[in-house]
Amino acid sequence: MATTTPARGAYTPPSGGSGAASNGRGTWRSRLWRFDDKASPYAYIAPFFLIFGAFGLYPLLYTGWIALHRVEMTGLDQSEWVGFDNFSRILQDAEFWTAVFNTFVIGVISTVPQLLVALGLAHLLNYKLRASTFWRTVILTPYATSVATAALVFALVFRADGGILNWVLHFFGVGDVDWGEGTWTSKIAISVIVIWRWTGYNALIYLAAMQAVPTDLYEAAAIDGASRWQQFRKVTIPSLRPTILFTIVISTIGSMQLFGEPLLLQGGTLGSIGGSEHQYETLSIYLFNYGWKLGHLGPAAAVAWAMLVLLLLIALINWIVGRFVRKNAA
Amino acid sequence: MTTTSPTKTSAPDLLQAPSYTASGKTPGRLRLGAGQQLRGGPFTYAALIVVGLGSIFPLYWTLVAASHDQQRVLDSPPPLVPGGRLGSNLQAAWEQANLGKAIVNSVIVAGSITVATLFFCTLAGYAFAKMRFRGRNVLMTAVIATLTIPPQLSVVPLFMMMSDIGWGGKLESVIFPTLVGAFGVFFMRQYLVEALPYELIEAAKVDGASNFRIVWSVVLPVARPAMMVLGMLTFVQAWNDFFWPFLALNQQNPTIQVALGQLSASYTPDQSIVMAGALISTLPLLLVFVIFGKQIVGGIMAGAVKG
Repeated sequence: MATTTPARGAYTPPSGGSGAASNGRGTWRSRLWRFDDKASPYAYIAPFFLIFGAFGLYPLLYTGWIALHRVEMTGLDQSEWVGFDNFSRILQDAEFWTAVFNTFVIGVISTVPQLLVALGLAHLLNYKLRASTFWRTVILTPYATSVATAALVFALVFRADGGILNWVLHFFGVGDVDWGEGTWTSKIAISVIVIWRWTGYNALIYLAAMQAVPTDLYEAAAIDGASRWQQFRKVTIPSLRPTILFTIVISTIGSMQLFGEPLLLQGGTLGSIGGSEHQYETLSIYLFNYGWKLGHLGPAAAVAWAMLVLLLLIALINWIVGRFVRKNAA
Repeated sequence: MTTTSPTKTSAPDLLQAPSYTASGKTPGRLRLGAGQQLRGGPFTYAALIVVGLGSIFPLYWTLVAASHDQQRVLDSPPPLVPGGRLGSNLQAAWEQANLGKAIVNSVIVAGSITVATLFFCTLAGYAFAKMRFRGRNVLMTAVIATLTIPPQLSVVPLFMMMSDIGWGGKLESVIFPTLVGAFGVFFMRQYLVEALPYELIEAAKVDGASNFRIVWSVVLPVARPAMMVLGMLTFVQAWNDFFWPFLALNQQNPTIQVALGQLSASYTPDQSIVMAGALISTLPLLLVFVIFGKQIVGGIMAGAVKG
């Protein structure tokens, strides 16, 4: 620390000059100190709010404006007021509702097993293990894999002919499944990619929360004669409730955004329409198709608003279910 | 479950955990629960091995597929051990997908996002952790709330804005929106709340340090371990990001993920070459994981605890 600067807490005005003018109350230097103290925290958090304002909040509001206009990819600087046409256009499009349904279904069948497996996995990892760090790192490796890589490898695993999965399944007497073409099988395939990438990550989050549960709670439960399963249900799960809620929210938001997995599942032109029958088209794919393939940005912006409404709906359902669960628990 | 626990005397029969090896019982038979660090039994290891193989296999198979020719990759039964064409496939992927430029682009994008995130998030995390100012709690809540906004909601206008300011198709359009993230701010705040004692800040103030000087000479050294972890997490995320780069960048100027997506979407993609590209894009991160796995795991768990 610079020794020549006067000590801040015990600052006394130097004799003569500036000191006399201010009469101790606010020399230029101490005023600067005070300004530094007041302004610094705001200066430190400003970058976040500036960046978020410019590239997050402002576009979010701007989306509303675009949704009410005709804006084409071919002429980004021209726009024409069309009112709610974009909204009625997508709401009357059967493909939009297919995408809503698909997003919802894929979200459920990827989030629910993922979090349940993560919970069990965390429970296993919570035992005293040999090479515990090794196990934790291994289950986290899929997290280091990009959506693109994961989707492309699994595309091969799920191939109709020559796919590893079908090859394994034929030993169990299951006929060749056309994973990508089926209504449900394609959704399952996409869920598997999501589950593969995120289960380990969620398990680590649960593990951290489990390790924070005080041991006395288990001791008390054991004294009361609770079995291990009862302890897991009555001690572990309630202690983890905030963490579980957190992971549900994060996974739900994540599943609303599914894009790379359906885009690359079968590759080529099928990607932008989510399969030959739109059987795995998600809302993000629908948005991409309208905006970037067809070049109509107005309806694409309307889709973004539809996603916002859906998110709020899900949040509302979460909240209601949460209240219901808490009431029943009490 | 220490031996000095007062409850032990009241129920000795239930709490004889330390002697379970002597009594010949498996840990699973004890009536103690999860948080008690019982030893894992054979079932635990068996289950972990299954999950572990499931985690690793797709990556291993990427390598296998990248080292055969396409004919062999699509054969049934599929190859399960690497073949001899890895070199030529890597070279083909490199040339077909313009991977050299894509990697340079990805390094620029992920590198600059990481550096900026570390700097800005440490500053903001420090302010939220240790400084008093009006509106602190409300602003912190606002920061966390931004985590719940999917990028889909703003990509359309973002695309128009970027083209407006001349960043259309340029790396800037991918870098700037992610220069600082809510997770990073939250992560650094959590760390600094406990790791940075007020005494250190006070001492620096008494010595007459300005606020920024305090950040530079006191906060940054204390924050270094957390910055390491946040840096790796940010780099992984930026390197793997797909949605916005795919929309914002074009074929001539892709990041590695975008190039990979385009390679697979070409008219007649050769699957073994696509897999070679996937391998190239994943290898650097896997290396980081092998070397720093412990820190990354610890970081994710630390970031989650008090969520």
